[in-house]
Amino acid sequence: MVQLTINKIKVNAEEGMTILDAAKSVGIQIPTLCHLKDLTPTGACRICVVEVEGQRGLTPSCAYPVYEGMVVDTNSPRVRKARKTIVELLVENHPQDCLVCVRNKNCELQDLSEKYSVREHRYIGETKSHAIDVSSASMERDPAKCILCGRCVRVCHEIQKVGAIDFTKRGFTSNVTTPYNKGLSISDCILCGQCILVCPTAALREKSSLKEVTNALNDKNKFTVVQIAPAIRATLGEEFNMPLGSDVTGQLVTALRRLGFKKVFDTNFGADLTIIEEATELINRIKNGEKLPMFTSCCPGWIKYVEQNRPEVLDHVSTCKSPHEMEGAVLKTYYAKKMGINPKDVFVVSIMPCTVKKYESNRGELAEENHPDVDAVLTTRELVRLLKIAGIEFNDLPEDNFDSPLGESTGAAAIFGASGGVMEAALRTAYYKLSGQELDAMEFEAVRGFDGLKEASVEVDGITLNIAVVNGIGNVKNILDAVENGTSKYHFIEVMTCPGGCINGGGQPIHQKPEKIQKRMKVLYQIDGKMKSRRSHENESVKTLYKEFFIEPNSHKAHEILHTNYFDKSKIRNH
Amino acid sequence: MHSHIFENYEAKDKSCLIPLLQDVQCIYGYLPEAALQEVADYVGLPLSRVYGVATFYNQFRLTPLGENIIKVCRGTACHVKSSANILFAVETALNIKAGQTTRDKKFTLEVVNCIGACSIAPVITVNDEYYGRITVKDVPNIIKKYVKASKQKEADAQAEVSIA
Repeated sequence: MVQLTINKIKVNAEEGMTILDAAKSVGIQIPTLCHLKDLTPTGACRICVVEVEGQRGLTPSCAYPVYEGMVVDTNSPRVRKARKTIVELLVENHPQDCLVCVRNKNCELQDLSEKYSVREHRYIGETKSHAIDVSSASMERDPAKCILCGRCVRVCHEIQKVGAIDFTKRGFTSNVTTPYNKGLSISDCILCGQCILVCPTAALREKSSLKEVTNALNDKNKFTVVQIAPAIRATLGEEFNMPLGSDVTGQLVTALRRLGFKKVFDTNFGADLTIIEEATELINRIKNGEKLPMFTSCCPGWIKYVEQNRPEVLDHVSTCKSPHEMEGAVLKTYYAKKMGINPKDVFVVSIMPCTVKKYESNRGELAEENHPDVDAVLTTRELVRLLKIAGIEFNDLPEDNFDSPLGESTGAAAIFGASGGVMEAALRTAYYKLSGQELDAMEFEAVRGFDGLKEASVEVDGITLNIAVVNGIGNVKNILDAVENGTSKYHFIEVMTCPGGCINGGGQPIHQKPEKIQKRMKVLYQIDGKMKSRRSHENESVKTLYKEFFIEPNSHKAHEILHTNYFDKSKIRNH
Repeated sequence: MHSHIFENYEAKDKSCLIPLLQDVQCIYGYLPEAALQEVADYVGLPLSRVYGVATFYNQFRLTPLGENIIKVCRGTACHVKSSANILFAVETALNIKAGQTTRDKKFTLEVVNCIGACSIAPVITVNDEYYGRITVKDVPNIIKKYVKASKQKEADAQAEVSIA
């Protein structure tokens, strides 16, 4: 223990703690910009400076460890003046377009400017100018709005271990960008959007599809339907000032109906369908001695990663389309036929927690007879904008139910949005398919939680299934190495790109509350617990779908419509 | 062409990055894109980080050098002797900015902080030759000299080919 004084308050801090954390422990708030908890402190922005007795200059509190007898002042006139100057300089080298900015009212630079009462332009001079990178299908990068805090760089390198962007050049010309400034689409980027979640300004943002969606809604000849991902219902409330961990499924359905969607479906139906197909594929692979381990294929970020970095293991990845693509494919084949609608007129909108899904929906092979399975993808944040424009008072909405038949789902599908969920759902069904019996204990605690790698073994019908769950793409390297060397002991591996799963996806509401992953995850497990059916093979609508259309899982027709193939895209890196 | 340089360094050792880049530049005069990717793979860093280092330091070039390298001194003594005007004159004559190479790859223009020949300020160098106490008017003539030499060289090469 170390004893120090902060603002004349005696503080007992642990050795190695930073001044910032020590101050926080006694309720003293120090502003930060470049700081990200648990990642390398850089002290780049200097907004967290404090005065330490005996030191000549000001000290960045986010990077400086406490020592015995330290005397710190976090609120001296000198500190306040320095902080204000930093904010003023940042503001002056930043586009003055807050009113029309996508992050208006949710911008850390704006907050600081307000906090330090910046009321005039004191440093008018040359400002940097860079072109906006619109090369990718999912994301935009606007370097003019970048304040060079480096949070995106650290998340990309240290958490996701992708390393698509970094600081380039120096001084006034320095810029966070891809190698040779070629744009995100020609880089290692997998478009996961974790950088968007940590960006304090609008320098990183999703590519908006609002125009396509509103045009489709206004088009009388289009049959515009919507589906929502499992993770949206656990997070959307946050944008309407509800507490973290609010389940808003019912209100969400009402809101989407009021927006004018002809039908409101649930991607959870697609998730149940995915489980049936994926579990069958796994069992076939085991029985026929085909390539094992098998990787899940629900996460398009993971697919993009493996196509770009490890094309050698592509035949280990399940050929199943992701749930929302399956749902879209069923909508444009089975459902359109059943309802007597021309598939050309069906416009499928997916509300996703994810930025890569936008890229995925643009993939040419995910289409039925030249009609893309999904026509447009909106992130959680874009849906909020749509609701606000439409004047929908979300908090007061009555609850409603999904349309049938593609709205029915089980508890197994609900947990898709959390890391380990797909694995747990697949096990519930695979167990039944292999042994003909139902699992007694439905909860697999071993695959839940926040660890980077979760492992378990399940005894089924005399076979020991070794499974692993990779939580965050940054933890996948060793697993892939083992698979490539042929030393992997696993049968089935789930990979989710975003730490925590889709509930923490790149399209989710932006804020830095530390308990967000935990609270959102809890919502999904609660939904699962409340469901009458909790196994995908108990979904009556899915059963009907097989009876009327696909005949059986992994049938020829199912392969044509519900499965896909992957491509070696390593050239994107080594062009 | 550059594969032998890796022999002197341990794989996956990040501290080798800058020496490796220097070696590559020694061979080519600049850092070719493909070599940058190879260096990145060898030291086990993402290309973005290697590119970031290569653009941070002034010593590294990412574009090939021209046939002739013109260095304009912008040190204190030359500055007093209006080297800003000299630089402007060279930029105008070549139609490029400092740090760039002409389209025909004949000239690369660089600015240096002090060439160490303050007694003859303002000074520029072309390849290894020094031109001191020059005025703006001298600039086109100096450049012409090298254009002519370059043309002569090409003509000679052509003649050799036709004889053979």
